[in-house]
Amino acid sequence: MAAVASPVESTFDEFLELESKKDLLRFTTAGSVDDGKSTLIGRLLYDSRSVYDDQLESVTKASAGRNAGAIDFSLLTDGLRAEREQGITIDVAYRYFATPKRKFIIADTPGHEQYTRNMVTGASTAELAIVLVDARKGVLEQSRRHAYIAGLLGIEQLVVAINKMDLVGYDEAVFRRIETDFRKILTRFPAVESYFVPVSALIGDNIVTRSQNMPWFQGKSLLEHLETVPVGGRMRAAAFRFPVQRVVRPSHDFRGYAGTIVSGSVRPGDPVIIWPSGRETTIARIVTFDGDLESAEAGKSVTLTLTDEIDLSRGDFIVSRDHAPQKTHAIEATLVWLNEKPSEAGKRYRLKHAARQDWATLKHVNRRISVKTLEEEAGHSLELNAIGEVTIETARAFVFDNYTQNRATGSFILIDPATNATVAAGMITGAAESSAIEPLAGISWKLENGALILASEQGFTASEKSAEPLQVEDPEALEALRHLLRRLQIRPFGADTSESDWEI
Amino acid sequence: MSHWRHLQQLEAESIHIMREVVAECQRPVLLYSIGKDSSVLLRLAQKAFYPGPVPFPLLHIDTGYKFREMIEFRDRYTAELGLKLIVHTNHAALEEGANPFAWGTQRCCGALKTTSLLDGLREGGFDAAMGGARRDEERSRAKERVFSFRDTRGQWDPRNQRPELWNIFNTRIHPGESLRVFPLSNWTELDIWQYIYAEKIPIVPLYFAKPRPMLVRGDSLLPVEQPFVRRLPGEQPQMIMCRMRSLGCSPCTGAIRSEADTLPKIIEELISVRRSERQNRVIDHDQDGSMEIKKQEGYF
Repeated sequence: MAAVASPVESTFDEFLELESKKDLLRFTTAGSVDDGKSTLIGRLLYDSRSVYDDQLESVTKASAGRNAGAIDFSLLTDGLRAEREQGITIDVAYRYFATPKRKFIIADTPGHEQYTRNMVTGASTAELAIVLVDARKGVLEQSRRHAYIAGLLGIEQLVVAINKMDLVGYDEAVFRRIETDFRKILTRFPAVESYFVPVSALIGDNIVTRSQNMPWFQGKSLLEHLETVPVGGRMRAAAFRFPVQRVVRPSHDFRGYAGTIVSGSVRPGDPVIIWPSGRETTIARIVTFDGDLESAEAGKSVTLTLTDEIDLSRGDFIVSRDHAPQKTHAIEATLVWLNEKPSEAGKRYRLKHAARQDWATLKHVNRRISVKTLEEEAGHSLELNAIGEVTIETARAFVFDNYTQNRATGSFILIDPATNATVAAGMITGAAESSAIEPLAGISWKLENGALILASEQGFTASEKSAEPLQVEDPEALEALRHLLRRLQIRPFGADTSESDWEI
Repeated sequence: MSHWRHLQQLEAESIHIMREVVAECQRPVLLYSIGKDSSVLLRLAQKAFYPGPVPFPLLHIDTGYKFREMIEFRDRYTAELGLKLIVHTNHAALEEGANPFAWGTQRCCGALKTTSLLDGLREGGFDAAMGGARRDEERSRAKERVFSFRDTRGQWDPRNQRPELWNIFNTRIHPGESLRVFPLSNWTELDIWQYIYAEKIPIVPLYFAKPRPMLVRGDSLLPVEQPFVRRLPGEQPQMIMCRMRSLGCSPCTGAIRSEADTLPKIIEELISVRRSERQNRVIDHDQDGSMEIKKQEGYF
């Protein structure tokens, strides 16, 4: 279907050889309603011959009704009927095309202000983002927001496509001015690589082939850039992380851990640590349906076996010994609120992180960031499409990396336990300071006749009488004390250590 | 398959999705349609749970009008893999005379596919149904989530889908609600064929070209398996070298003229033929945006 080398011209084997070397690039697109984003994507699909004749027929037909000219490329990508009627895209849509060099997955997201949610969703799986700027309008508030979200979601590569160059007479000065303005925004995101390209999606300038209308531009066309830009290196280079999805025990003599290597690589014999238990062990085998592997790297779904019999369960991590993740009961994170119902401080949500679900309490919104100005703004809750920095406490010990270091172990979602809606996307920025405390092993407490007894486990079991009771009658003082004990991770006597969702 | 980089990536993601379903859902089932995408799903399921067995049954919604070769393949292949197969048919509708000529395609699909599927899922108490739908098949599917939420009536509300970020999937549902899960969401038709080729996956022989009896009507080739397929005066089936590009019910699936009798030839044809895959499916074209309407009602 796509612009792949025709097997009629080469031999089938040569064709397969070429196909088998292709990798996959996921990118997202952001632009305002009138920036011509749908036209750009339609043009990429059309010019790379990824549109079938009958699909083209059906949109040519539909175009007639909406009194557009010849082919309205934007109609190729507008999916749902209601959207077609309104003429705007309002949800993330995924598109697929291929060239002889690469396969592409586009997360096509709307740029309208109230749809930050969709842009964040699209960017979460993308390695590259294309931000469209209308050459006539220059850098707008939205452009800033699009760049910010791309940076926030850890996009490695940003392409700024300055569109509608045909409407400004293909003027180089316009392109350069917008480039200079945009680069000022990007100083906030030093980790993002950027590429600027002047285009006309409607005419096709610099989309697939280099434009004759802009001889002053020496760079690659948009598609050439997409075909050659290196991506995916960060997760392969990061430390080994393996969230256990399932324990596989088909028989007594096999015990393996199924999951996807989210970062780094692994070989049999590699020393590893199990988190959160902290047990050290070694990788025995990398098991797959197609036979054992000598090594496997980020992105591969495998089943690992270990040299020691260790009690592991879903949600635990197998990680490299050299680069330990962080472990805490409270994290700092940037949250993007995705639901109509605003956040509530003190409310408990289900937190899903890698292969783990836990109870988590949203403690505070420490800072809100205006998606308009990107400055701090007032407020202690987050409503739909709001972004804020928050503190979250988890019921069980929480193992993670910062999002900037590892997209897979640094990201999570919050789920409202009543509606089961996915209400927020979170990117971890670090451990909350107050929680960077190791549990006081062996110390626990219990309440007896209004007295709070704090003692070592031995103290409780040997002779309770020998423990000196701490009498606290003031309910507020008692509450403060309980809070303190929880913060210090001192458990009630006899509490199950594996299920630490205890309430004082 | 050591050097198919993009296929390895897609495979790993699909395996991750299937394992997530089994880890978090109570009673998952795999909707098995016998087509090429279902064959790929079965291979992925074998890989996802190896060295253990595939930990869920297959459910086939048999309309009663599937090609004979499909049913033969289904019974042989699932037995060979040792999988548990549940077949569900809306016998009541068939007894009332449901067929696409008598009832029209919309009503016929509604009874034999949509209603039958919802009944089959309810009878089995399944809370998560995995299927082989791909986002590249049809425009309304481009926005489908990997984990698609269905209400207590099994219906899809395009305005009430959960945002899906990274590959963290929200599988939480209340009793009576369910999930449809699409592990092949990001595969294209070409990916499917390349994977079948690279992995040597068995598929129904109908995909390969051979001379078959067909009613020839302009560009359309209609199979004549069912006695109720109406013939024009004097019309006789002709032996035409042809194959099926996608498989559905025989009265509603047209064949395409083709010489492609091997996988390399099919892949070659796919690249040169510029007609989209569902185009030979009569049912998608019965109204503008028709797939979207069917999905809202609960169709897969």
